[in-house]
Amino acid sequence: MKFAVLVFPGSNCDLDMYHAIKDELGEEAEYVWHDTKDLSSYDGILLPGGFSYGDYLRCGAIARSSNVMTEVVKAAEAGKPILGVCNGFQILTEAGLLPGALLRNKNLKFMCRTVDLKVVNNNTQFTNQYAKDEIIKVPIAHGEGNYYCDEDTLQSLKDNNQIVFTYSSENPNGSLEDIAGIVNERGNVLGMMPHPERAVNELIGGADGLAVFKSIVKQWRESHVNQA
Amino acid sequence: MSIKLEPTQEQIKEQKLYAQMGLSDEEFALVESILGRLPNWTETGLFSVMWSEHCSYKNSKPVLRKFPTTGPRVLQGPGEGAGIVDIGDDQAVVFKMESHNHPSAIEPYQGAATGVGGIIRDVFSMGARPIAMLNSLRFGELKTPRVKYLFEEVVAGIAGYGNCIGIPTVGGEIQFDDCYEGNPLVNAMCVGLIDHKDIQKGIASGVGNPVMYVGAKTGRDGIHGATFASEELSESSEEKRPAVQVGDPFMEKLLLEACLELVKFDSLVGIQDMGAAGLTSSSAEMASKAGYGIEMNLDLVPQRETGMTAYEMMLSESQERMLIVVKKGHEAEIVTLFEKYGLDAVTIGHVTDDKMLRLIHKGEVVANVPADALAEEAPVYNKPSAVPAYYNEFQAMENVEPTVADYKETLISLLKQSTIASKEWVYDQYDYQVRTSTVVAPGSDAAVVRVRGTNKGLAMTTDCNSRYIYLDPEVGGKIAVAEAARNIVCSGGKPLAITDCLNFGNPEKPEIFWQIEKSADGISEACLALESPVIGGNVSLYNERSGVAVYPTPTIGMVGLVEDLAHVTTQQVKEAGDYIYLIGDTKTEFGGSELQKMQNDGRIFGLAPEIDLTVEAARQDALLKAIQQGLVASAHDVAEGGVAVALAEKTFGTKFGAEIILEGSAVTALFSESQSRFLVTVKAENAQAFEVAVKDARKIGVVSADAKLSVRGEDGSTLIEGPVAEFQDAWKGAIPCLVNSEA
Repeated sequence: MKFAVLVFPGSNCDLDMYHAIKDELGEEAEYVWHDTKDLSSYDGILLPGGFSYGDYLRCGAIARSSNVMTEVVKAAEAGKPILGVCNGFQILTEAGLLPGALLRNKNLKFMCRTVDLKVVNNNTQFTNQYAKDEIIKVPIAHGEGNYYCDEDTLQSLKDNNQIVFTYSSENPNGSLEDIAGIVNERGNVLGMMPHPERAVNELIGGADGLAVFKSIVKQWRESHVNQA
Repeated sequence: MSIKLEPTQEQIKEQKLYAQMGLSDEEFALVESILGRLPNWTETGLFSVMWSEHCSYKNSKPVLRKFPTTGPRVLQGPGEGAGIVDIGDDQAVVFKMESHNHPSAIEPYQGAATGVGGIIRDVFSMGARPIAMLNSLRFGELKTPRVKYLFEEVVAGIAGYGNCIGIPTVGGEIQFDDCYEGNPLVNAMCVGLIDHKDIQKGIASGVGNPVMYVGAKTGRDGIHGATFASEELSESSEEKRPAVQVGDPFMEKLLLEACLELVKFDSLVGIQDMGAAGLTSSSAEMASKAGYGIEMNLDLVPQRETGMTAYEMMLSESQERMLIVVKKGHEAEIVTLFEKYGLDAVTIGHVTDDKMLRLIHKGEVVANVPADALAEEAPVYNKPSAVPAYYNEFQAMENVEPTVADYKETLISLLKQSTIASKEWVYDQYDYQVRTSTVVAPGSDAAVVRVRGTNKGLAMTTDCNSRYIYLDPEVGGKIAVAEAARNIVCSGGKPLAITDCLNFGNPEKPEIFWQIEKSADGISEACLALESPVIGGNVSLYNERSGVAVYPTPTIGMVGLVEDLAHVTTQQVKEAGDYIYLIGDTKTEFGGSELQKMQNDGRIFGLAPEIDLTVEAARQDALLKAIQQGLVASAHDVAEGGVAVALAEKTFGTKFGAEIILEGSAVTALFSESQSRFLVTVKAENAQAFEVAVKDARKIGVVSADAKLSVRGEDGSTLIEGPVAEFQDAWKGAIPCLVNSEA
């Protein structure tokens, strides 16, 4: 399976995403610069964390206007798996691919720590390798990860099982209903504030995040075999 | 003169206008004799900033010459953007630490942020990929709103810059003492990795080669920042706020990526950061180092404000800029590269053979001065030094054991001291994981960052107990280096080299200069004994507010090599049943200790703890070998607060406790700060081999499963007993509590 790791000016978790795929997952990955106008050769799209365009204006607000985002929308419509982590999640909400918004953390400070996440929905192409309600340890590192949406949106997220991850032992940033990660209705676009690509090897503190990527690959392989 | 408002040459001399820029009468006379004429306004500015202490080290050079700067692994010593040390496999580690004290004292967020930005540029201007940041901070006690503001904003500034640019902040240290109340210290260190073939230098050679300006545009910010950094702070320092630069980490991220692509180009001749003294220092130093001259047309400098004078452009310290020299005819490829990142790359001049720095603005030559005179020929002063009266007084004192009524309460109080308390509140705001190579995160002795693609790691730490240095600068200087090395060794690394940030008061005071000299002697001796040369650093003098100097604070930044990641060791105990060993002897030594400070309203006095560098080196060597043999489960150096604090820290964050028995007088055994000591734990099956490997280790107890701390005297009496959580809560809660309290 071949992943595109999108690189916007100011992205800084692109390297981590790339190495998670190449070194830990053993799949193909390529960096793709923000002005690219064709993503058709990739099977999955990864939007890494960082500070695209310095987070100026609003996190993700400038990146969403990049050329490559037109292609990301096309890929989403084509049903390809798309994962946005941290700033990538913010870009996906700005682009309208996911509902809601990420506000400043309730304590108004950047926070970097490893948190407990609950896999609320393991029936997605990003979480099929986890057990339902499994608690996993994944790092967060953000200043604006406080998920918010209006009541109707929240209800529809619940009705459609779109809430995938919630903060378990503590809600670090004030997110509505402890929400840490959501998918779109179709289930092929996941945005999450915690960094699964930082939890892929015990050497750097844990490997609980690797199953997110393994899930994507498993689903892709199965559908690929079925199609073939 | 092209600008009417600027004073004439005669006015500069007659009205002594040069004095406002920091030049003395003698220095101005020297400038006049070098030029053979009176300097104009711009030229006076060039000399004043290049001859400031910050750029020229004119007061500290005689001291800096004492440092050992060479070694078999040293590829680049002091003199370039950062020092470089070989780590094998044709790779090298590049690192340097720098102060940003004065800016942080008046504008803490930007002062700290641009300190981080500046040191990162020093590292990538060498061609290296920055892989980690550390810092060393000093504040007054967290009692006043002003100190809390400085503390919170400095931390936020470091976080704001480092997090955005995507370099993990993996370690650091913070000490709180009243002497830093008006003059906090903000030292930032950057560590980078480089392949030998990519090593760059800041040189401008090859007549006719274009001099190009890359990065952010020039504005009026930071004018005379280097001069400002070279004088004492006072009530009027707030007026110097325009001398503080403003940072843009997003811009620097772009510049970083562009420059790391640039260093792969064969057409690159030289590259240097426009740091302190901006365009002036980069151009003069690049020309001087190469033995060439540079002519620049300032009309071509990218500017973000209109109507800037030559003086303003040359002295601006706008951030995120680099000066590069490339081979003639290759300008276009450079422009294309920087365009990809949306950055300016503009030819503003060329290399000449006349060794002059010549500036043209609006068709006129506005400065024409020898580059060497600016970069190399600042006068060097051998300042008078005198032994301070306090030192003689302290030396006449004897080591006395303090009285302690309740050992447990005393330990809890020590754990709440802001210098000892958990710094989680701080490092929680730093992204210490980005780049996914942080093997040991903040909260252990030294941080460890893996070298991707190898099985090696780099251990790194910053250290400086300035209280010991105040009591006895020479002994304290030795301790600072030794403690840094202990941290490296405890993490499984072998010390490679150090960078230092020499933070002192006003060197024109003989007692301050004596502190500088003596601590440099101590540092030098320890560097030799521990085979860890000085490969670069910076000097920050005039750290005084209203005449009161900070403690002498020569911060040590050390990097060590972990040859195999399997050697990585942390301070936390690992398993119930493991034996606890204390390595080293404990004497009654409380001068400058945390206990002394706590019992005397912040005052310290007496003798600094002794240190024998031969013993230190042998002990570190033995412990490292034991760690490399896999005999050690956890290791922690014994520092502020003595064995009691070290033991408690070893249990924090684990589900275990510890039971130990201490020999000798209880207060000394628990809280003395004798040097060259370690607390380690060893699996029972490794005990025999460990005792052979580390001869001066004594078994004092065992790791327990019950999450309780239990310390007994040799007569069996209970000295300290309680659940780990009780101690840990005190330790963890102290800083958030101080920051959030209303006082």
